[in-house]
Amino acid sequence: MQKRSIVPIVYILFLMLPIYWLVAMSFKTTNEILSGFSLFPQTFTLDNYATIFTDPSWYWGYINSILYVSINTVISIAVALPAAYAFSRYRFLGDKQLFFWLLTNRMAPAAVFALPFFQLYSAVELFDTHLAVALAHCLFNIPLAVWILEGFMGGVPKELDETAFVDGYSFPRFFATIFVPSIKAGVGVAAFFCFMFSWVELLLAKTLTAVAAKPIAATMTKTASSAGYELGLLAAAGTLTIIPGAIVIWFVRNYIAKGFAMGRV
Amino acid sequence: MKTENQKAWFFVLPVLALVAFNALIPMMTVVNYSVQETFGDNVFFWQGLDWFQQILRSDRFHAALGRQFLFTFLILIIEVPLGIAIALSMPRKGFWVPVCLVLMALPMLIPWNVVGAMWNIFTLPDIGLLGYFLNHVLGINYDMTQDPVAAWVTIVTMDVWHWTSLVVLLSYAGLVSIPDAYYQAAKIDGATNWAVFRFIQLPKMKTVLTIAILLRFMDSFNIYTEPFVLTGGGPGNSTTLLSIDLVKIALGQFDLGPAAAMSLIYFAITLLVSWLFYTLMTKDDQN
Repeated sequence: MQKRSIVPIVYILFLMLPIYWLVAMSFKTTNEILSGFSLFPQTFTLDNYATIFTDPSWYWGYINSILYVSINTVISIAVALPAAYAFSRYRFLGDKQLFFWLLTNRMAPAAVFALPFFQLYSAVELFDTHLAVALAHCLFNIPLAVWILEGFMGGVPKELDETAFVDGYSFPRFFATIFVPSIKAGVGVAAFFCFMFSWVELLLAKTLTAVAAKPIAATMTKTASSAGYELGLLAAAGTLTIIPGAIVIWFVRNYIAKGFAMGRV
Repeated sequence: MKTENQKAWFFVLPVLALVAFNALIPMMTVVNYSVQETFGDNVFFWQGLDWFQQILRSDRFHAALGRQFLFTFLILIIEVPLGIAIALSMPRKGFWVPVCLVLMALPMLIPWNVVGAMWNIFTLPDIGLLGYFLNHVLGINYDMTQDPVAAWVTIVTMDVWHWTSLVVLLSYAGLVSIPDAYYQAAKIDGATNWAVFRFIQLPKMKTVLTIAILLRFMDSFNIYTEPFVLTGGGPGNSTTLLSIDLVKIALGQFDLGPAAAMSLIYFAITLLVSWLFYTLMTKDDQN
């Protein structure tokens, strides 16, 4: 054990404390939470989780969130792949300007767009559908996916393309069977970041849904205000929102650090 | 190196269509509102640039903008050096690397309102872990619903908790790309730790740090959900950042014209500062 490893250990402890508190609260009864301070749950209960898994208005929140996040990730990656290929292999009229314009969309505050988004998606009759949220999140996820994928594609030598075409591959076949598999780490990283930013965003997701596609994060805010302070239930719901992210991150743990590093700036 | 090919536009077309649908139409709606006045029922009156003048002169906007710059400044000045320091002290290989990375990335994957709610219950004066510790163990009078300073300390700490890992991950990615030979050469030359950092590690981290600083600037400048859930902009208006104020005007008071004008000014400031950062940080490369 080196002396300097104390820094990451202290930092990770600092990160884990609020998470521990959330998890500990989720196993307490609301009465115990409100009656005073206790470091560990005194009366260990799974009631909070039972409520969430048996009440459709709760567990549908999770299903809705996972549905639109998945749709968004698939759309973002599918359209970003050819675009990133174009940016990494060809020069074309307005390419630099287009790339910069794509990135500026990450700078637009979501608060600016909330109301116009509501009107736009009501007008095209997609309001309160999973597709609406998935499409809206494309605003900031597609630029990011293009940025990351372009970085990874830049690392693949151009000779790969040329050899494949000489061997008689058609472009779609080359792209699907040779090129994309050769950057699958990049696809993984891009998919991870799309998943992450769509999963954590609430303002647009809440604005674009009412009942049928309501995200779990919005269900939480509503329950918190209507039923007084059911802190135990809130903590359990919060704990459950951490799990999908934790699973996804475990799969891409070896690539996350590389993801942004290879993007171009 | 790259070949000139105008057909590449066809590859970009789907992206262009989707992003344009999401960006241009809402943006035009905002522009539209910003020059008109409405009293409901879809009746609009031409207002010209009055809203822009009103916003640019309003004390409320100046105050929110000032708080926003202060918040973003504190975030950058704390998170960037802290992130670099943590990345430097992380192990380069071995079993603990993926464990560290996963644990560190965890806060970034929690929905933003859950982050706010989590810090809320963490800091409750009598029943939250941090609140209880500060009030009853250290004897510091801490209540962020009453004290603006405590509220500021809490939102800044929350953001440091939430996003420092992004700087760590990016810096770390830059660090592991340095070949061992560089360090050996430095050792032979008898370089100090500071010299190694200044002339080997920092230059190698420059690209990723540019990305980190830009992302942290954009995201902290646009922050809404976490402070809104945690403090609701209070006590008083002390933590009403720009986005919180904007949503208050747009959805709370339904003043669409002023809100739209404010949105455009807000967006323009974000773009301008991002461009300044970008130009300053990549200046050396172009020379």
